[in-house]
Amino acid sequence: MKARYKRMMFIVLGLVAVAAIAALILNALQSNINHFFSPTEVVANEAPKDRTFRLGGLVEVDSVKREDDGLTVHFNVTDNSEIVTVKYTGILPDLFSEGQGVVAQGKLGSGGVFEAEEVLAKHDETYMPPEVAEALEKAEDAAAQGAAK
Amino acid sequence: MIPEIGQFALIIALCLAIVQGIFPILGAQLNIRPWMAMARPVAQGQFIFIAISFACLVYSFVTDDYSVLYAASHSNSLLPIQYKVAGVWGGHEGSLLLWAMMLGLWTFLVSIFSKNLPDEMVARVLGVLGLIAVGFLLFLLLTSNPFERLLPAAPDGRDLNPLLQDFGLIIHPPMLYMGYVGFSVAFAFAIAALMGGRLDAAWARWSRPWTIIAWSFLAGGIGLGSWWAYYELGWGGWWFWDPVENASLMPWLVGTALIHSLAVTEKRGGFKRWTVLLAIIAFSLSLLGTFLVRSGVITSVHAFATDPERGTFILAFLVIVVVSSLLLFAWRAPKIEQGGKFEPVSKETMLLVNNVIITVIAAAVLLGTIYPIIIETLASLGLIEATNKVSVGAPYFNAIFVPLLVPLVFLVGIGPLARWKKADMPDMLRQLRWAFIASAIVAVVVPFLMGGWQWMAALGMVMAMWIVTTAIYSIRVRFRSTNAELPWGHRLNAIPRSFYGMHLAHIGVAICIVGGTLVSNYMSDKDVRMDIGDTVEVGGYTFRFDGVIEIKGPNYIANQGMIQVLQDGHEVMSLKPEKRVYTVQTMPMTEAAIDTGVWRDLYVSLGEPVSGGAWSVRVYHKPFVSWLWAGVILMVLGGVTAMTDKRYRVMARKEKKAKAEAEASNIATSKIATEKA
Repeated sequence: MKARYKRMMFIVLGLVAVAAIAALILNALQSNINHFFSPTEVVANEAPKDRTFRLGGLVEVDSVKREDDGLTVHFNVTDNSEIVTVKYTGILPDLFSEGQGVVAQGKLGSGGVFEAEEVLAKHDETYMPPEVAEALEKAEDAAAQGAAK
Repeated sequence: MIPEIGQFALIIALCLAIVQGIFPILGAQLNIRPWMAMARPVAQGQFIFIAISFACLVYSFVTDDYSVLYAASHSNSLLPIQYKVAGVWGGHEGSLLLWAMMLGLWTFLVSIFSKNLPDEMVARVLGVLGLIAVGFLLFLLLTSNPFERLLPAAPDGRDLNPLLQDFGLIIHPPMLYMGYVGFSVAFAFAIAALMGGRLDAAWARWSRPWTIIAWSFLAGGIGLGSWWAYYELGWGGWWFWDPVENASLMPWLVGTALIHSLAVTEKRGGFKRWTVLLAIIAFSLSLLGTFLVRSGVITSVHAFATDPERGTFILAFLVIVVVSSLLLFAWRAPKIEQGGKFEPVSKETMLLVNNVIITVIAAAVLLGTIYPIIIETLASLGLIEATNKVSVGAPYFNAIFVPLLVPLVFLVGIGPLARWKKADMPDMLRQLRWAFIASAIVAVVVPFLMGGWQWMAALGMVMAMWIVTTAIYSIRVRFRSTNAELPWGHRLNAIPRSFYGMHLAHIGVAICIVGGTLVSNYMSDKDVRMDIGDTVEVGGYTFRFDGVIEIKGPNYIANQGMIQVLQDGHEVMSLKPEKRVYTVQTMPMTEAAIDTGVWRDLYVSLGEPVSGGAWSVRVYHKPFVSWLWAGVILMVLGGVTAMTDKRYRVMARKEKKAKAEAEASNIATSKIATEKA
């Protein structure tokens, strides 16, 4: 009887631990998933208002402007169809340049400006984040369809 | 000519690997001695041919042969010689060849250091390693041939990615791969044991040193990668929960669980099935890591320009390995007998809980890493609504890692003291009360010394101190149990090396915790615009910007910032961060200037020129950051110390003797048999 009781205790404790860990993991997952949106989707108001998300596309040529403090940068991200302005304070990664693919993480601020907390760097200049490539393709398809109509 | 020799050598290596993967295993199953005896020479030959092939690729790089496509895209005539060599593993094809060579090297080492193993075991282990080699060599030859020619030859190479032109990159990939691939040995031992039905303490003792050394290499490789990211990426981070980092962390975590589980299998004959399963999982995760890096399915800073064909190949290989080894496991595992019984409070239970926690952490990391793929796959199958691409942020991993680390660290302290079979928890806690009190005091004092109370800092310190104090206590207890009449040196020597190794590695964990906790809680940083003569204060130091000069390197030009560091009005050092532009790829690169110290690092990197000689500058004060890597070094040293434990050699000698006797009696019986006939 005693051995059985002990075993039951173990199973119950084990289940409680498993449930706690599962809750911990799911909760952490729930609150830390970032969705990716293209400029077209942001302009169409599909992106969340108060949640962090990722915006990706190409840095529009001649759009990078620096404020007088030397640190705050504004630039436009485009999927060749729509444009979203991004504001970022800090030092940009080495491979950030106009005409290149970029992924920024942050929130949508007032006036439709995307306030980036992080601008992601890539090791390789020929590398295009798959999300960005896909977003560009989508926008192109949409444009082609629009032209056909 | 040389590249063709390289490719030809690779094809021969593949043929040898096929032979190595088929005959010894069949020989062991059907008891055909000559087939089993093929294992060693064939395995050694296979390694030699891969090494020849690798040498040919190095030769192409060093002699600037840009008719080889791979060399043309990853090297340049102006590149310093050491980076030409490192360039060999700077891209996809070459790093796979390095991988294959490491596998060959491990196989070669097993073939040499297995004199005392039974012949069937050697045949099976080398056979399994041969099968793995077949997979990788096929992968190389079919999808990623490093010797492909470029006609007409390029006038010069496209240069190695500037980020990779660094000392860290010369050693990081070989070290990491030694670890990754090293788990194939543990895997091969496990599969061989399943095939032969021999899963006992002897098996655990054979595979333990191999597992420990692979684990040490992997720890070193991960540590080097983190160090490299810290000083080379220019923003002072040391861990990003990037998918590729996770890919190396997962097998390491499971490897850690495996080492602990092997301890139970060796000492108490328990956890056999679990141990085998962990060995399979550790290797599968190594393969999964390769898949993640090579296929580009996940956005990562490491992603190479990718090719779906390669991803498909590795995925197929991964599926074959996982499915076939799990089938073998399902078929054989029920026959494995149970280990010794143990009470709920015992060393076995603690190691079990340790294993469960580590496995859960690894599983959670896996979930977070492949979650984007899961969602996408489910969506493409129509099981869930299609959404935008998702990514899992670093806070997810931190949210899981920290709470699970707490019980784990508690066990690190108490586990080494617990007895096998049945331990006395209240007694242990009583023995360790001083350790706990000391840890608590340190945990309260340190945050105030560091500049202010932080709960996380106190938690980190209590965990680190708990490991250190209990380790000291545990060594003292062990020391007292030795013969008191002997001199000190002899008594210290009487304690097995694996015991010291274990505590060294545990203390390494503590040192890592100190570094990680203190740097994340007390780091200060400033991004500022600095005109010439401007100063900024960070962490009690004053940084004065004295402008920028232009300098010229072998294959780059750079703006070098002149930054004077002052403390209490005195100039203590000057830091010279650079902003380089590599001439071939016209790629800009930030080269941070770091003053490394025991208690803090000062870290300065240049942003961009702003106007009129002013630059944006990033200044960090990072307390205790170097402890992170010191901790990793201790873990590696711990692994190496444990691996050189006497008992592996003593038992090896005994086994060799037993084997010789067994063979002698075999011959004798067969003689008698022939005589009778």
